[in-house]
Amino acid sequence: MPVLRIPTPLRAYTNGQSEVNVNGSNISDALTDLTMQYPALKPHLFNEGGDLRPFVNLFVGENNIKDLQGVDTPITDGEKIMLIPSIAGGGNVA
Amino acid sequence: MLPELSRDEILRYSRHLLIPEVGLEGQRKLKNSSALIIGTGGLGSPVALYLAAAGIGRIGLVDYDTVDSSNLQRQVIHGTSTVGKLKVESARDKLLDLNPGIQVDIYNEPYTSENALRIAQDYDIILDGTDNFPTRYLTNDVAVFLGKPNVYASIYRFDGQVSVFYAKEGPCYRCLFPEPPPPGLVPSCAEGGVLGVLPGTVGTLQATEALKVLLGIGEPLIGKLLLYNALDMSFDFVKLKKNPNCRVCGPNADIKELIDYEEFCGVPSHDHEEGSAGANWDITATELAERVKTNHLKLVDVREPHELEISRLPDAVNIPLGQLAARLAELDSAEEMVIFCKSGSRSARGLELLASAGFKKVKNLKGGINAWAKEVDTNLPIY
Repeated sequence: MPVLRIPTPLRAYTNGQSEVNVNGSNISDALTDLTMQYPALKPHLFNEGGDLRPFVNLFVGENNIKDLQGVDTPITDGEKIMLIPSIAGGGNVA
Repeated sequence: MLPELSRDEILRYSRHLLIPEVGLEGQRKLKNSSALIIGTGGLGSPVALYLAAAGIGRIGLVDYDTVDSSNLQRQVIHGTSTVGKLKVESARDKLLDLNPGIQVDIYNEPYTSENALRIAQDYDIILDGTDNFPTRYLTNDVAVFLGKPNVYASIYRFDGQVSVFYAKEGPCYRCLFPEPPPPGLVPSCAEGGVLGVLPGTVGTLQATEALKVLLGIGEPLIGKLLLYNALDMSFDFVKLKKNPNCRVCGPNADIKELIDYEEFCGVPSHDHEEGSAGANWDITATELAERVKTNHLKLVDVREPHELEISRLPDAVNIPLGQLAARLAELDSAEEMVIFCKSGSRSARGLELLASAGFKKVKNLKGGINAWAKEVDTNLPIY
């Protein structure tokens, strides 16, 4: 199974899990499986129209899926997928 | 012509002069160079200290804040004796003590679209040590327009990111993040905090990159993003490419001048005011203290459970902001309610959520439980 690394800011929506095993042969399937497992993640990754939000960056190995085949980028068993968040930080709490 | 080193400087920098990659010529390059550091907080502290120690000839510091004791857990350029002083002055004094041979120029003002180009134009390199999206996009765009490298770092809890955004040779910040997350999805407000040593680790990496760029040695993180996690002690690298559709550095860029970054990001860049939901929706701590003497008011605390160990109001129910939407059924819209958090911003977002769900009798505690601790119950800690 491919493994999806969850960045700290989004772990609040994956019960604290830092890595999630996902089913799928491409990024699109993997994200569908991820949001089935953790529905609270969905609005953080997709907009209302179901498209990936522009600030969500996904990397397969070292490469941004935007430089590959987008959500159609194929993934193989055991491949590491990283979600890279936009963080401003800081450390100020309101 | 590079400046000569004095006898004292040769002794001071002798450990640099012994490295062939730096040597006498490299040290003279550093003496001849200048760096602008945006923010003298968690990241700016180690960045400024190490760049000053390394002998960068001129360092610019931009900040508009004063030193607060809650800064000292990570902002090691300041000290207990400088609490209450301007951060840029506190930092300058420390830098000149560390290295009186350099020049430190201070800008005690917010870094904005009005002053940023003027401030940045005379520096060789810009270091982004800010804590908010509007200033990050501003810092990026200024660097692109002026053709200067922007050494970027950001931190969150145990995570850090470092890169060198240099549009002349690689991608810029906007190539990776074309637009910021919408304000409601920014986690740093609701669940912020940072391990104090994290900006130390990440800021020293940032300083390292700046020195490499200025010296022209090694492989700077141009076109690469470093991801650091302190808990896993992991360093991952990913490749970044120039985005052909980038609105500031792409071939068809349509942003040619600085914009209103607060509007672009939908959040203020200066978050030091007490959180407010607007005059019609706010209640001050003093007013609330009066009201609860005579009226029954339901108090809703939207902070995270671990924050309740620091301070709490009796009889308040705790529904963390992230759970509020799913737990509306626990609240009665007919009941008068006051919603609060640490300082009023998260609760203002909670109030918006409640208002859109038809709650009309809700007020936001302006300034949060910290305002209550200042105005009403001074035994309560402020954090």
